[in-house]
Amino acid sequence: MAIYLTQESKVLVQGMTGAEGMKHTRRMLAAGTDIVGGVNPRKAGRTVDFDGRAVPVFGSVREGIEATGADVTVVFVPPAFCRAAVTEVAEAGIGLAVVITEGIPVHDAVAFQTYAKQRGTRVVGPNCPGLITPGQANAGIIPADITEPGRIGLVSKSGTLTYQLMYELRDIGFSTCVGIGGDPVIGTTHIDCLRAFEDDPETELVVLIGEIGGDAEERAAAYIRGHVTKPVVGYVAGFTAPEGKTMGHAGAIVSGSSGTARAKQEALESAGVRVGATPTETARLVLERLASP
Amino acid sequence: MDLFEYQARELFEEYGVSVPAAEAADTAKEARRIADRLGGRVVVKAQVKTGGRGKAGGVKLAADPAAAELTARAILGMDIKGHTVHQVMLAQPVEIETEFYVSYVLDRAAGRFLAIASAEGGMEIEEVAATRPEAVARVPIDPSHGVTADKAAEIARAARLPPETADVLVKLWTVLTEEDAVLVEVNPLVRTRDGRLLALDGKVTLDDNARFRQARWGGADTDHDDPLEARAAAKGLNYVKLDGRVGVIGNGAGLVMSTLDVVAGCGARPANFLDIGGGASAQVMADGLSVILSDRDVRSVFVNVFGGITACDAVADGVVQALDEIRLTKPLVVRLDGNNAAQGRAVLDDHRHPLVEQVTTMDGAAQRAAQLAK
Repeated sequence: MAIYLTQESKVLVQGMTGAEGMKHTRRMLAAGTDIVGGVNPRKAGRTVDFDGRAVPVFGSVREGIEATGADVTVVFVPPAFCRAAVTEVAEAGIGLAVVITEGIPVHDAVAFQTYAKQRGTRVVGPNCPGLITPGQANAGIIPADITEPGRIGLVSKSGTLTYQLMYELRDIGFSTCVGIGGDPVIGTTHIDCLRAFEDDPETELVVLIGEIGGDAEERAAAYIRGHVTKPVVGYVAGFTAPEGKTMGHAGAIVSGSSGTARAKQEALESAGVRVGATPTETARLVLERLASP
Repeated sequence: MDLFEYQARELFEEYGVSVPAAEAADTAKEARRIADRLGGRVVVKAQVKTGGRGKAGGVKLAADPAAAELTARAILGMDIKGHTVHQVMLAQPVEIETEFYVSYVLDRAAGRFLAIASAEGGMEIEEVAATRPEAVARVPIDPSHGVTADKAAEIARAARLPPETADVLVKLWTVLTEEDAVLVEVNPLVRTRDGRLLALDGKVTLDDNARFRQARWGGADTDHDDPLEARAAAKGLNYVKLDGRVGVIGNGAGLVMSTLDVVAGCGARPANFLDIGGGASAQVMADGLSVILSDRDVRSVFVNVFGGITACDAVADGVVQALDEIRLTKPLVVRLDGNNAAQGRAVLDDHRHPLVEQVTTMDGAAQRAAQLAK
């Protein structure tokens, strides 16, 4: 078991024939993902060879679903075309769209997220590394060889911090790791993942990684207090970030007192979540918690 | 990117929102000529991208063009919360009867825009919202419909604004969507004694991600008061100057933020934020190092890379090439971890640069960099 993504998932790649799409499709295949096709209207009907495996290119998402039964799509298309791409996914009725693309205008994100929600399509991202269920499937750009399958669930705004924690805890292993992205408008939240991990029998503990900006961690803390029985260990980045400056992620802006790393840490701790001061200490807290349940 | 007040004012005017007569000047002499054109008596307003101008003495009334010149001279060059004033806006004073607050802001949690409006504009809206939340209306906007005349009337009713504000609300929504803004705020929106509705002061934040389809505002935000930030921006680096002594380079915004925290946890202060992204090419590494080394406050540099998609040996090759390209003048502490970490460390060991040392853990490396900066 895992959340959102398993070895049964049939995955389409939108933007597969671009440079990033090609590189990561090869990696996703190598990680065991069942990539059933790419989507590109200009290259429909062709196939692309990935180390001996021929992957067909479809003219539309709907064609791809009809031919393969795809239920997941990974989106690598350029920012200007993401609104159309995700809208097409939601119209075609795919359950999970993982949007890797960085730099999507906020108004476009608001539009496609709203539409996807109405149509019942779960969006992960945008501007995220995607999600991986180690040993089963990889939808996105998370390096698949960092960790083995195991019993920790991970949800994070940040890509490299996800990799760091996966690496520190590689001996325990992970059920599913979800990089939800740092953009202001994201489709899948910490809370969505906490709910799914709570229901996943193979996840014993959840690592929650947050960073300054917004109040997603505060809301996650409130959710944990009311709904999560499994242990949660947290980490928050951005204590040293100056007010009012953007540091990389569009979401990582502090303005005023709310949204600071301190406020997030306090909210999480008051919900019974132990919060590490560094990624390494966070990993140690996880080990301690697993050793003495 | 935040717009200056005078730029926001121009946008509002272009979209049919009434604004006071005003012009921007970057010299005191020019301020005098503008004051003359505007009828003599003017408000002189510092143009800086931060709040609290009034309290800092950046907004003053001048009785005539000569006074406007003197006032402009006093305000130009002033420092307001770390922002130097390079321009002033001269505006015709208006006689205010009532002040309102209206804005469109992104509600991240709901993933849509919110109209926020109050009949009590002018003062700190946060304070009104905190003390009497019932005085501030919050109306979510459905992106597929936007703000129609009916929606605008609903917002005005909810905030107990006069019905004629609905027209302004529709126009401001058009500014938000057409210009790809993520914030449009008018505070105050005023009704004057002679019955006009004017946007007296405004804030507009444009979406940097939408630059590809918004040619008007040009390329990168060139508003960097800090020369190092300006240099880094010119090289396309994601760099923010801070006030400590430990230079920081890392890959991925989250990891770099975490690195700053870990350095601070070791009792040192980070000198900067610099995210070199996933690729970590030699060129980016060299550019980043050269910006950091030219920061006179920097005593040591901490390179913290987790090899994910880019393996550590490729990153180490990049560091070595960068070291060939620039002259390293300060100690460099490198921590490589993740994919091919052993190979990456070997590459740096073989290079044997006297100022480069490796520490295998993030916490240990931060400790060492902090120690070297003392």
